[in-house]
Formats: sequence, C-alpha cells, structure tokens
Amino acid sequence: MKILVTMKRVTDYERKVKIAPDGSHLITEGMNFVANPFDEIAVEEALRLTKAHGGEVVVFSAGPKDAAQQIRQGLAMGADRGIHLLTDKELDSDAVARLLAKVVDQEKPDLVILGKQATDDDANQAGQLLAGYLGWAQGTFASKHEGLEGPEEKAQKPGLAIEGGKVHVVREVDGGLETIALDMPAVVTTDLRLNHPRFTTLPNIMKAKKKKLDEVTAESLGVDLSPKVKMLRFSEPPARTAGQIVDSVDTLIHKLKNERKVIA
Amino acid sequence: MHPAYTEEHQAFRALVRRFVETEVTPHVEAWEEAKSFPRALYRKAGEVGLLGVGYPEAYGGTPADIFYSIVLCEEVAKAGSGGVSAGLLSHGIAIPPIVALGSAALKAKVVPTVIRGEKIAALAVTEPSGGSDVANLQTTARREGEHFVVSGSKTFITSGMRADFYTVAVRTGGEGMGGISLLLIDRDTPGFTATPLEKMGWWASDTATLYFDECRVPVSNLIGEENQGFFGLMLNFNHERIAIAANAYAFSAVCYEEAVAWARERVTFGRPLLSRQVIRHKLVDMAMHIHSTRCFLEATAYRVMQGESPIAEICMLKNHATQCLEHCAKEAVQILGGAGYIRGAKSERIYRETKVLAIGGGAEEIMKELASKHLGW
Repeated sequence: MKILVTMKRVTDYERKVKIAPDGSHLITEGMNFVANPFDEIAVEEALRLTKAHGGEVVVFSAGPKDAAQQIRQGLAMGADRGIHLLTDKELDSDAVARLLAKVVDQEKPDLVILGKQATDDDANQAGQLLAGYLGWAQGTFASKHEGLEGPEEKAQKPGLAIEGGKVHVVREVDGGLETIALDMPAVVTTDLRLNHPRFTTLPNIMKAKKKKLDEVTAESLGVDLSPKVKMLRFSEPPARTAGQIVDSVDTLIHKLKNERKVIA
Repeated sequence: MHPAYTEEHQAFRALVRRFVETEVTPHVEAWEEAKSFPRALYRKAGEVGLLGVGYPEAYGGTPADIFYSIVLCEEVAKAGSGGVSAGLLSHGIAIPPIVALGSAALKAKVVPTVIRGEKIAALAVTEPSGGSDVANLQTTARREGEHFVVSGSKTFITSGMRADFYTVAVRTGGEGMGGISLLLIDRDTPGFTATPLEKMGWWASDTATLYFDECRVPVSNLIGEENQGFFGLMLNFNHERIAIAANAYAFSAVCYEEAVAWARERVTFGRPLLSRQVIRHKLVDMAMHIHSTRCFLEATAYRVMQGESPIAEICMLKNHATQCLEHCAKEAVQILGGAGYIRGAKSERIYRETKVLAIGGGAEEIMKELASKHLGW
C-alpha cells in the first residue's frame, strides 16, 4: 500500500505572530517554523497503517527551500521518501489541492492523508478540494472511538481500518461519532484525537538525511499557482478591555440583563 | 546562530525540546520535592536516542559532534532542574572511559544497556579526603589472582544511590597519577554500600557516599591498562567542562526569561517593573553575560570539533559560564523579589544550584591554575 501524506510548514503556534503595520502581510522574519500538528497526526497514521499492512509512506510539502525541514521531520518519524514542491509564493488551498492532484497522478497512492487544516490559516479545505478534483471518496476529521486514552492508542494501532478495498473512518461530527466506509483510493483528513504522533529519534534524524527527497516545480507539474483567494488584510483581535468589579450579585444580574443583554 | 548548527541539529533540538516539555517539565516540581525522578525517565530518554549522543552505533549510540551534546544539555536544562540534568545524564562522565579504553566484552556488557536507559551509570572519583587532587586518591585495589580487592570510599557521587554500574578510580600502583586505574564495579558486588547525601540544590538527583569493603572485582572489569586510569579520566575533562558550560549558559537563559516575564507582569507603584530603568539595566547586563557565554561556548566547541584540545579556553569557558550563571541567578531572584525566594520559582532553585557547577567538574580555582599553565607564558 502506498500512502501520500502532507507536511505543511507553519509558524510556531506557541509564538506570537506579528502583523505588518499596514496589515498587508505577516512578518515571518525571525519566526520559528514547525510542522503543522494535524499533519504530524497524518504522518503517524500513515506509518501505523504501513506497519500493519506493509507499503510505503511518501511525504509531500509545498513551500520555500526551508520547508524541506518539515519533510525531513516526516522522514525522521519513519516515512520512506519526500517530494518537495519548491515555491516562494503564498499558496491558497485550491492551489495546494491542484498540486496534490498532479502528484497523485504520478504516484498513484492508495490513500492520501492530510491534516484537516493547518494551524496558520485554519482554512480546512485542501483535503476536500483534492477529493473533488480526483473524484475520490473523502473521510474528513478522522478520529477514533475510544479516543487517545484507550488501549489501542497505547498499542499504537491505526485508527483507520482497511478491509476489502475499503477504508473505515470514524468521524467527529456534531453530537458524536459516525463511521463511514470509503472505496479506496480515498482522501482522509485527520482530527486531533486520531493519535499521538511519535517523537522522532536521534538515530532516525540522522537516517532521514540520507532518504530520497525529490524537488519538483509547479511548472514541471503544469499547475498555475495564481491564487483564487486573495488575502485582503490581517488585523489583531481586539484588545481585551478592563473588567468591572461589582458589589453584589444583584448588580451583576442587573448589568448582564440590562447593559450587556446577555441574559433575559 | 553558529554555522556549525545544521538542519539536523535543529531537528534534534526540536525533538529534545518536545521530549522535555512532555516528559520532564510538567513533573519537575514534584520530582524536586520527592528528591528523585522516576527510573522510567532514563528508558524514555533512551528510546528517542538522547542517551546515545556521540557514542558508536555498534553500542546503540548515534555518532554526533559536540554541538549535539550542547543542544542536549541546553534543552534538558530548560526544565529548570539541575538535578534532573545531572541525574539523567550522569552516564556522560561514567561511560566515555569505557567506550574509549574498555575491552570489547566490557563495552558490550555496559554501554548498550546504559544507552537504552535500562541501567544507570555513575562516575566515582572524589573521596572524602579530597576531590580536585585526583592524583592522591586513597581507595586501593590490590590484585588477588583474577580479582582486584577494592577498599575505600567515594563521595559526592551523582546517581550514587541507584546506579547499576560505577566507573571507579582506584589506586593499583604507587603514589601519584601513575598508580591509578579505572575499574567497573557492579552495584551487586558484596561489600559495596552507599548512603545518601542531602544537598543545597540538585534535589531531583541522588548523590551518595560509596563504601567499598573488600569488594572483589574481576580483573576483566579493568577499564584500559592498569595504572593508566588517569589518562582515562582526562578523556572526560574537555567534554564534561563544555557540558557544564552549556548547562550554566542554559540555566542563565532560564533565569533571564523568568525575570523578563516577571518584570513585564509585575506592577509596582502603578507601573510594570519593566518600565524601571534599574530593572531594564539589570536585564541588559544579564543578556550581555548570556550572549558572551554563548559565543565563547560555541567558539570553543567548534575548536574541539576540529580536533583541537584548547585546555586553557575550556577552563576559562567553564568559569565564565558559571560566573554568568551566578550573576544571572542572583539578579533574577532579586528582580522577582519575594517571589524569587519562594519554592516554585525556577530562579529560586537555580540560585541554589549555581555553586555546584562552579565546584564540580573542576573547581573554579583549579580551572584558573590549569588555564595559567596552558596560556603559554
């Protein structure tokens, strides 16, 4: 079985992002970059699946030269090889989906697993668009029944079940979990509670250096990267205003009712 | 960033940081109060390769340059507990002599299991009668057939209570450094006992006095040649002192960051502390010392990586780094005020842990003497 997974380079979610004074872009200079945590879950799931069923895991990332670091992280986790679409352009989800569709044409994986969204733009679209372009079944927000505290997670078993050419996906939906069966090949996007991604290890970091990492360009794939979605402006969330201290519960209720009008 | 750091160093840093944030930092307060951390931490660290940095692949290690060791020291130190750093990495001074000089059988017995985190290794050199004066150590090992019979005691031994293997400096020959050998002594050896020592800092690590009462140790446990033990110990010095400098640097940075965060939050007389010139200048002085220590550390490590042995620089680096730590810990506690004197502040703990780095691994005065001999006057 061959599984294609994504590993997006995103700004470190633990650091504060700075916005250019005119709001036109984010200041990335001096920022720390990490792999999108949802994509780490995707890589982990792919590794567990190939451990159980055999096969190969290919890590894909689109981004600048330094995005190779995130691919190498996937390789250090245990993936077999990487494909790096080199570009300095800002990509929207649609461009990523069209790029991935071309890579899928070449690689012919049985499964594409992506993070459900990236923690930088939170778009949550690439997986769905990719399934649309390919005409494949999609299972989004993959999770698992017993969550992350159960025995299956401790035994590092995959959350996705593959049987008779179908992949069974437990999905987080409003009010609970639903299980769907997708004909393969298929596209799956991962939610937080699918697995705990493994640590890399020092020996594997060293080995990852020697694994195959192919660089490709959008031109060679025949994909136009011009965005369909234009980012108009970035702005900080409104600063929190100072709170008020009230002298009694009655005053509190009065204020909530009549000033804030949040209770009836 | 120093050009010696490659993408792999950064990946390793990310790994250690995540490991420490997940497996160490949340538990540090409890471990400090319990005056121990779980043995399981060794195994967890072993699983991701943290205990094998720089050791041969044949024994389960990962060959890696000295900058990987620096990254490891720095990131483990970010948990803010010198005891965890010292205990978890106590093999870093115990097994290098075995790797360099030990027989194949000895290496195979000890090194892989320590690197996997299953067994704990400690180095035992200092004695109640003296520490820095290694050449005059008193613990004796007399040959009786296929055994050495060891008598004497060792003190201030990190991981001394719970180590499985001890790399012990003993006197097998005449006086002076030419009569010293290194022996591997198993904790199960009859006649061996240990008693715990209470310390100013490093609470999370166990420190002990060891007693050897006619311990019979197989001759095959000799590490390297008989009476050549001093050479084996010397192999440790450069690496150990650079590691201490890396620790001191990293703990200084922890103090600085805690002080900055506090100065930003704490309001006195209607304004944040950070708005006070006195506080800002203190912080700049701390940052300056930290920056110079880092540059010194990396420049010296780079020379070691090139195969040099810049002994004077390493001695001065150790002193510079520990003085930086003494300064930063003192100022951080002062900036935190009362909160810096209360258990729970990282700076409070680190303040109690400055002296051990200025004493252990070669005391400040010894470092100066050694530097003076190597400065080429």
